[in-house]
Amino acid sequence: MTDLLFIVFAGLALLCGFLTVANPFTRSPVASALFLVLTMVWLSGLFVLLHAFFIAAVQILVYAGAVMVLFLFVIMMLDLREEERRQWNRFGVAAGLIAVAGLLGITVLTVVRSGISGETEATLEGTTPLLGTALFTQYLLPFEIVSVVLLVAMVGVILLSKRELK
Amino acid sequence: MIVSRKPLSLAERFYLPAVANGFKVTWRHFRRTVFEGKTAAGETAGGFHPEVPWKVEPGYRGAPYLVRDQEGHTKCVSCQLCEFICPPKAIRITPPGPDGQAADRKNAEKMPRDFEINMLRCIFCGLCQEVCPEEAIFLQKDYSLSGGSREEMIYNKERLLALGGTHSGTQKWKHKLEEAKAQEAFPVKTP
Amino acid sequence: MDWTFLIFTLVKIAVVFAVVMTMVAYAVLVERKVSAFIQDRVGPNRAAPFFARYIPFLGPRLVRWGIFQPVADALKAILKEDYTPAHVRKVYFWIAPAIAMVPALLTLAVIPFGSQIGSQKMVIADLDVGILYTFGIVSLGVYGIVLAGYAANSKYPFLGGIRSSAQMISYEISMGLSVIPVFLLVGSLNLSDVIGNQSGSLLNWHVVKQPLAFFIFLIAAFAETNRLPFDLPEAETELVGGYHTEYSSMKFALFFLGEYAAMISVSAMMVTLFLGGWTLPFLGLDQPAATIGMGLVHILIFLMKLCFLLLIIIWVRWMLPRFRYDQLMDLGWRRFIPVALANIILTAAVLAFVRS
Repeated sequence: MTDLLFIVFAGLALLCGFLTVANPFTRSPVASALFLVLTMVWLSGLFVLLHAFFIAAVQILVYAGAVMVLFLFVIMMLDLREEERRQWNRFGVAAGLIAVAGLLGITVLTVVRSGISGETEATLEGTTPLLGTALFTQYLLPFEIVSVVLLVAMVGVILLSKRELK
Repeated sequence: MIVSRKPLSLAERFYLPAVANGFKVTWRHFRRTVFEGKTAAGETAGGFHPEVPWKVEPGYRGAPYLVRDQEGHTKCVSCQLCEFICPPKAIRITPPGPDGQAADRKNAEKMPRDFEINMLRCIFCGLCQEVCPEEAIFLQKDYSLSGGSREEMIYNKERLLALGGTHSGTQKWKHKLEEAKAQEAFPVKTP
Repeated sequence: MDWTFLIFTLVKIAVVFAVVMTMVAYAVLVERKVSAFIQDRVGPNRAAPFFARYIPFLGPRLVRWGIFQPVADALKAILKEDYTPAHVRKVYFWIAPAIAMVPALLTLAVIPFGSQIGSQKMVIADLDVGILYTFGIVSLGVYGIVLAGYAANSKYPFLGGIRSSAQMISYEISMGLSVIPVFLLVGSLNLSDVIGNQSGSLLNWHVVKQPLAFFIFLIAAFAETNRLPFDLPEAETELVGGYHTEYSSMKFALFFLGEYAAMISVSAMMVTLFLGGWTLPFLGLDQPAATIGMGLVHILIFLMKLCFLLLIIIWVRWMLPRFRYDQLMDLGWRRFIPVALANIILTAAVLAFVRS
């Protein structure tokens, strides 16, 4: 049952991810954004299969529910026809392929070197208090660094958007 | 003039007093309707629409109909001003043509062969009444027209005249004629 | 796979779905009746099937109370011509109503609507991250409206879609922040634990312990369900009909039902989080039921609390005028979020002080 669900979720996530970047039917950015939302939803299904309910819920809450709505919001404000007319750019394709290959290489290398087998069980069995404790004791420094980075990004955005008002 | 806005007091800025007042008002009406059985229609008209027909007040402007003068003649002279001004293009007039029927009253050259108002299009705006030089078309009291088909809702000349009835007001050209005749003698007698 | 589990879950889903859809239909009737009473009218009182006059005494009264009106409304919605304008984006136009409807119903999966009947807990999915699941699904509700606005490909629906996405994202934040103190008190994200924490006395209800949180949640709920005084996405006076201007027939009805289903799910959340769920603090009604009868009484208590909140939401619609858009944003970002944050810090400080 779990294996079957994994195949379904993983397959759908891959399919939707592919349709996000290379949809043969339409070049509309809105369609891409919506397929990205679907990818997020299937990914959270994968998290549920790993018993990481917290991550699964946050995945939907933050990415599908907030970030992608903002993406859609911005896309709808733009002139879409220009985007649909755009042709393939040779430099863009080459750069994209190199970036994807690089990321793939890093991921594969990390997985191989870490030596985890397919049988690994989740170490933090889903419950929220455990996750909170781990975040605020074992991983406190990375957590705080991420918070500061996000704060800096927020301040930067406000500064950029308010620059002309003074 | 610039009206300066009064700054809100602290209570007003919290918005909650407004909510309380809103509840007071809505509860008063709710109580009156539910527990005392008083409704707006019940108080003013004594009942609800299909059973108790609405009393049309004088001066109401409903569907436009053609009228006859006191002698029973057609007042319309087929000038087609109403047809031109009608915003939804609901009026269609068929003029009599060079060898058509003559007008059935004095001081008029012609009258329409047919005069159609599509009541499905008419918006009861009253521009036809305002533009009519002969005072031949008036917005009358009917407000709820219904029919079984679209064709049925196109009212022709006979129907409009029958519904319009006789106009009891001024007979414009009769008075003009009397005035003209009065002016033929000198000195002019003014009424 | 445990077959009894599967069967019981399917039965629960079917029953909850049926009850909620009936409640949606009659919430529309209540809305029309309440609005009529507040405006000195009588509301729908004429829909009468042929058998109504053969029922002795009760028949004419049922007709006058409009009990058959939802049936007539549903028949009308189904039989009307389903019109697709030529200029719309067809795919989005067709899926938007479904997307608007589904999240509201999915939210109900984690709401404990009763204690237990026999050995079955009266909740479809007793998740450990219940509240996060709810917020996740609620946050998906905005897609239906945004897509409807985008699909219609005309000005007013588009403005409605833009307004609603901004409004719903803003109020989701204050809504999420407002419930954190509740979970600080409970110490668990599971909604059954939240109800367990509120048993014992009326003073244990979170609406008493956390009135500020309840207040913010209630108002954010109005904004999340696009109800007056925050119904800017469909503001009739400004945007014709907002995001559903171009819709007709059953597609429009889906938006309409979705709005009421969202009202029901958000009320159910409020009952669970703040009003003690299925418990009442006397007659031993706050302990899980031992008999089937008590289990049914618990469900009844839950439904009564739910109906009370629905009535408040409906009444407010006829009581307050619509906010201006800048007032709405100002209220969300510059009033509620700081107040909710202060509430979190205060609660945490008090808890740390008490527990140490």
